[in-house]
Amino acid sequence: MMTPESHAQPRHLARPVRVLVAKPGLDGHDRGAKVVAAALRDAGMEVVYTGLHQTPEMIARAAVQEDVDVVGLSILSGAHMTLFPRVRDLLNEAGRPDMLLTGGGIIPEDDMATLHARGVGQLFGPGTPTSALIEYIESWAADNLTD
Amino acid sequence: MNLEQLVADLSEGRSASLARAISLVENQRPGFERLLAAIHSSTGRAHRIGITGPPGAGKSTITQSLVRHYRAQGRTVAVVAVDPTSPFTGGALLGDRIRMESVALDDGVFIRSMATRGSLGGLATSTREVADVLDAAGFERIIVETVGVGQSELDVSRLADTTVLVLVPESGDGIQTLKSGIMEIADAYAVNKADRPGADKLAREIEITLGIRRGNAFRHVPAHHGFRARAARGAAAHPAASNGDAWVPPVVMTVAVKEDGIAGLAEALDRHFAWLVSSGELEQRRRRRTRDRTREVVERAARRWIWDDTDTQQLIDARLDDVMAGRTNPYEVATEVLDGLRQGSTS
Ligand SMILES: Nc1nc2c(ncn2[C@@H]2O[C@H](COP(=O)(O)OP(=O)(O)O)[C@@H](O)[C@H]2O)c(=O)[nH]1
Ligand SMILES: [Mg+2]
Repeated sequence: MMTPESHAQPRHLARPVRVLVAKPGLDGHDRGAKVVAAALRDAGMEVVYTGLHQTPEMIARAAVQEDVDVVGLSILSGAHMTLFPRVRDLLNEAGRPDMLLTGGGIIPEDDMATLHARGVGQLFGPGTPTSALIEYIESWAADNLTD
Repeated sequence: MNLEQLVADLSEGRSASLARAISLVENQRPGFERLLAAIHSSTGRAHRIGITGPPGAGKSTITQSLVRHYRAQGRTVAVVAVDPTSPFTGGALLGDRIRMESVALDDGVFIRSMATRGSLGGLATSTREVADVLDAAGFERIIVETVGVGQSELDVSRLADTTVLVLVPESGDGIQTLKSGIMEIADAYAVNKADRPGADKLAREIEITLGIRRGNAFRHVPAHHGFRARAARGAAAHPAASNGDAWVPPVVMTVAVKEDGIAGLAEALDRHFAWLVSSGELEQRRRRRTRDRTREVVERAARRWIWDDTDTQQLIDARLDDVMAGRTNPYEVATEVLDGLRQGSTS
């Protein structure tokens, strides 16, 4: 009864899943990241949106302070092979190896496999419907979050 | 969770531990009240500043500028930025960090975004408890940003020592449109976006509404120099602001994007805190709030006990058919519930 009423939060959690959405790197606009952020919100998640041009240090620090469950990066610049591992390392160093790091961009299959081996979760190519990301986060949350 | 370890980590300023302690409190997970009890004696040191006003008024930008100002003075600052939860999906988009980028990597700054959620326990209570954790962690200034005009998500003045109402020239018919009661909660006004036309008029309107008698000091200043003059007047001791025992809320003009007027605003906030201390109002307010808070904690515990630890829900469910058939009604059922609780608790 103390649980806030909400329709979309995972049944096993008494709170919404928290996700940080960030757009690292120097490339252009953040339309894609904003669409993702809005879709996750509409799926009942609490989305911390940090905007453009975030450095890995800023992303990791924000993720730690906000105590998010998931960090989602939108990377179109081609710098995914440096940015994802860097954020992963910073999160681990801050004592948060448990946070899911995921995201999307133009990322070749081989790179996805390499990044996965580095502790990065599933990554999504351009044009993937946001529902795929939502399903992924929800099933990850069901398997990994207890409170 | 090891409570002693958590409390020790808090005093050492470990970011991840602090963040998790905040979640524990925000989510009211088991042990959160023990944590709050353990840190209570370390709270009450920070100056808690509430920043409220309509969406887009520049609250986050002002917050960032204030943080920079305090950091330049060597003070540590925590920010709690509250945004509304969608009542339909339970989700929330928390975007205040976008405006706080320039302080994001500063070790003396901690920023936390919060959604209003369903807040059965009362959002003001849980936000205050989050502020307690930050206070105990040693932050000297705690700024709580909330959207507060219109559908007041959270009356921030209930947890702040000093409440700033941010208004902008675009706020329609100025203060006419303000929700009644909103002017009562403001200890200071920031007329932000003073780089835009109408700021002067709005500031005047507020001052008139506040019943401030305007002094002569700036009467000779031409209207188009109004911004500087007003910023200066807001910043310096306002003639009426320190008169007697009553506090007269200063009106400070700001251009937050340029950090104009921010030093004056910070000074007004310091002055208000000093007044709270010297007038004895701080002591009284904190006493009142401690009383309110204790009531809230009792209510929350009572609610939890009733729904989690007694058969109240089963009893209601069992009577539902009778209520629907008109054989009894919710009020008789409630009486039955309370009689049962009373007997249970005294036996
Ligand atoms: N012209 C002008 N724009 C401002 C000023 N302060 C903030 N803004 C802009 O107003 C918009 C909303 O600011 P924000 O701080 O996010 O407002 P909040 O919703 O009240 O937190 C942003 O685009 C800011 O850059 C100001 O003093 N002058
Ligand atoms: Mg804001």
